[in-house]
Amino acid sequence: MKAMNITKTLIAVLAAGLACNTAALAASGKSKHPHEQHWHFSGPFGTFDQNALQRGYQVYETVCSNCHSLDLVAFRNLGQKGGPFHLDACPAGFPDTVDCSNPNDNPVVKALADKYKYQVTDGPDDSGDMFQRAAVPSDRIPGPYANEQLARLANNNALPPDLSLITKARHGGPDYIYSLLTGYEDAPSTVEIGVGQHYNPYFHGDMAQAMKPEYMHDGHPVEGVSVPLGGVLAMAPPLADGIIEYGDGSPQTVEQYAKDVTEFLMWAAEPKMESRKALGVMSIIYLVILAGILYWSYRKIWADQH
Amino acid sequence: MSHVSTYKPSTGIEKWLDKRLPIVRFGADFMEFPTPKNLNYWWTFGAILAVCLVIQILTGVILAMHYTPHTSMAFDSVEHIMRDVNYGWLLRYVHANGASMFFIAVYIHMFRGLYYGSYKEPREVVWMLGVVIYLLMMATAFMGYVLPWGQMSYWGATVITNLFSAIPVVGESIRTLLWGGFSVDNPTLNRFFSLHYLLPFAIFGVVALHIWAFHTSGNNNPAGVEIKDVKKDAVPFHPYYTVKDGFAIVVFLILFAAFVFFNPNSLGHADNYIEANPLSTPASIVPEWYYLPFYAILRAITFDIGPISSKLGGVIAMFGSILILFVLPWLDTSKVRSMRYRPVARMWFFLFVIACLALGWLGGKPAEGSYVMYAQIATAYYFGFFLIILPLLGILETPKPLPRSISESVLHKSAKVETSAAPGAPAAAE
Amino acid sequence: MTTSDVSEDGEPTRRDFIHIFGAATAAAGAGAVLWPLVHQMNPDASVLALSTKEVDLSSVPVGQAIKVMWQGKPVFIRHRTPAEITEAEATPLSALKDDVARNDNLSGQPEATDDARVTASDGVARPEWLILVGVCTHLGCIPLGTSAGENRGEYNGWFCPCHGSHYDLAGRIRKGPAPENLPVPPYQFVSDTVVKIG
Repeated sequence: MKAMNITKTLIAVLAAGLACNTAALAASGKSKHPHEQHWHFSGPFGTFDQNALQRGYQVYETVCSNCHSLDLVAFRNLGQKGGPFHLDACPAGFPDTVDCSNPNDNPVVKALADKYKYQVTDGPDDSGDMFQRAAVPSDRIPGPYANEQLARLANNNALPPDLSLITKARHGGPDYIYSLLTGYEDAPSTVEIGVGQHYNPYFHGDMAQAMKPEYMHDGHPVEGVSVPLGGVLAMAPPLADGIIEYGDGSPQTVEQYAKDVTEFLMWAAEPKMESRKALGVMSIIYLVILAGILYWSYRKIWADQH
Repeated sequence: MSHVSTYKPSTGIEKWLDKRLPIVRFGADFMEFPTPKNLNYWWTFGAILAVCLVIQILTGVILAMHYTPHTSMAFDSVEHIMRDVNYGWLLRYVHANGASMFFIAVYIHMFRGLYYGSYKEPREVVWMLGVVIYLLMMATAFMGYVLPWGQMSYWGATVITNLFSAIPVVGESIRTLLWGGFSVDNPTLNRFFSLHYLLPFAIFGVVALHIWAFHTSGNNNPAGVEIKDVKKDAVPFHPYYTVKDGFAIVVFLILFAAFVFFNPNSLGHADNYIEANPLSTPASIVPEWYYLPFYAILRAITFDIGPISSKLGGVIAMFGSILILFVLPWLDTSKVRSMRYRPVARMWFFLFVIACLALGWLGGKPAEGSYVMYAQIATAYYFGFFLIILPLLGILETPKPLPRSISESVLHKSAKVETSAAPGAPAAAE
Repeated sequence: MTTSDVSEDGEPTRRDFIHIFGAATAAAGAGAVLWPLVHQMNPDASVLALSTKEVDLSSVPVGQAIKVMWQGKPVFIRHRTPAEITEAEATPLSALKDDVARNDNLSGQPEATDDARVTASDGVARPEWLILVGVCTHLGCIPLGTSAGENRGEYNGWFCPCHGSHYDLAGRIRKGPAPENLPVPPYQFVSDTVVKIG
């Protein structure tokens, strides 16, 4: 039993050592933790709110699309099942031969696409030239810039990211997007913000670089001063109360705009979420039942062995 | 433990076929295989892993019908699968989460083998084939993760292929060979796609050998004593273990479905939804969770060892941590298989599990400050467990008396459960 | 089976029910899983989005024809002159090799009159617009005659250069190896100048 005693002693020493040192591991958060929102799409039964999606598209179209592309979304997606402008049946006045539940024939989607006049390059035509035409439902939503260089040129060398997957491509997901959009504030007096830069406590960055020199000593903030959370980004606060007119009487506030556009962007990133969750509920119910039956079968088969 | 065939072809066709291709006999013998009657739920993970492999191959072959292995189209084609292909989102989420499920199951399977001494004589080959399967799985999963061509795909591929440059003299050439160019680029993506498609079939082949091998030696079991009397100690695989494995598979699928349908991205990294950009490195490059312990070992070697640079040392330690498993059957000197009867070894084993979990946690943390020191301690323990503790304990430890037979251990156990104040305690912690 | 649940004559007993039930439930689940694995091969949403095509006809002058791609196949749209319409209408059915209309907008097997060849899905015939799938019914070549200056064959319609099939001004096969008239795709006029094919 000597080995046993040595083992126990060693384990005790190790455990004590670990306990002493864990305090040192408390990592310092560099940006503010996003506000946890209650979303219509949260939870295993959550779905998208079609009205919110429509308002969100309006916010995207009016504000975001001036700088950000939505490359992976086609107009037809807006009219597909679960999409912002999906119709189960045509509005009055359409002939029976038209099926408006088909996103390609959806009149709302066609009108939204047709707004993008001369923005889709097609061709070459019979004389060998490319030409510009209006978008149709099968086209992807045209972005604001032809290429990355033009986008950088127009934005002070910053590249506005594509928004198609943004809610999945950022830690914190939709909560983070919402917090970023609503979280702009004046920079603390300890930091110096460059021209064309904007402070946001939720943005992932390193404010130590922006600290005024009098507050820093040897790369660390001086006594009594701490590095503010967050970072600086090139995007100015994009939303302001009342800048977009909602048709359905929803509040025209920054919070509401941010919430709606985030829900829309969540849909854009995960358009099959509703069918995924619905199929998931069915699958789990089936598997639980099957597990029960198999367990019963198992008990019966093993009955003579136990 | 290859048993005498009891199959008797009954119809004329069966007799005709049995003389030419005894495939029905093969299947019948497989189903009749005498299996220790005391296998617990830890033993169901073999069947679960077979299911995982089939799921991955099926969904993978289908995804390849829609995927385009080109740097300018790969990311878009994956999103095309997610958005346009009928049930494409389901197939891709099953495949992506399936990789994680596969690794969860394989780690449980390996720790079970470690705990119950399934690598010991006469099952060394079973164990070594298992290590080969595990290595092939790692390679397959790594190349598969590159295919969506997101930021983590690209930078993960860059970091891992750069490891090879640590090899003296030929390292740089090997790296260029892997890349097919001077950085990770289209040729790299193309060959990774080809190999990612090929290797699962190689895994399938080695799995067949793995099963063949333990059908020759017979299954190990929680008591670690061999079958003495087939009638008393064993039951036919079917229906006893088909139904038990079937039940375990379905329970495992519930966990699988919970991830696929309700948390499909929780095991992935957000950065992989950003298309690969060779001009911008993510803030921290983190591999998939199942590589984290090895990533921690790689980064734990921060010091030069004689002529070996810390970079090469890290690579050696990382590969060594897996290769050491090949010689484990000869490092463990104890004649007793199951740690049920090795109280001291059992404590060191649990400490080893903790060290592996700690390495996994540390692999996801930045390599700075005290994290490095912890990773070094855990790495030292990882190697110490195999190279010092197991060889020494075989000599120093006094094991508990072994049961005379499997049936005796079962009787002993049920007698204990009847009198025990806390029945239902898991068998492993008995 | 080694279980005691099998009666002496080998017939399953009532106690076997749970095993059969379990196997059947598992088989049903496996069957349900098959559907996504098969259905993924059907045309996806981006392909279906291109299954119809709207064409603006306002730029096609009388007497000329255009070729547009629809579902990966060429579609010929000819703006016929009054003289061409008269000629096509005057052709007796007895002169035709294939007297079935081959128009997807009509049900049944109507005769290949000129009217039946130019009827849209709303049942209205618009003789000035002839719309055809431009794939020769013989072996799948693309007939000539759409662009100005191409050989339009002996009947002033289309001519397939592969094996010499001649089509008339209503796209009907008149001479050569092709067995059937050029098919008319489903189409409807969404306005006076815009036609939706498919």
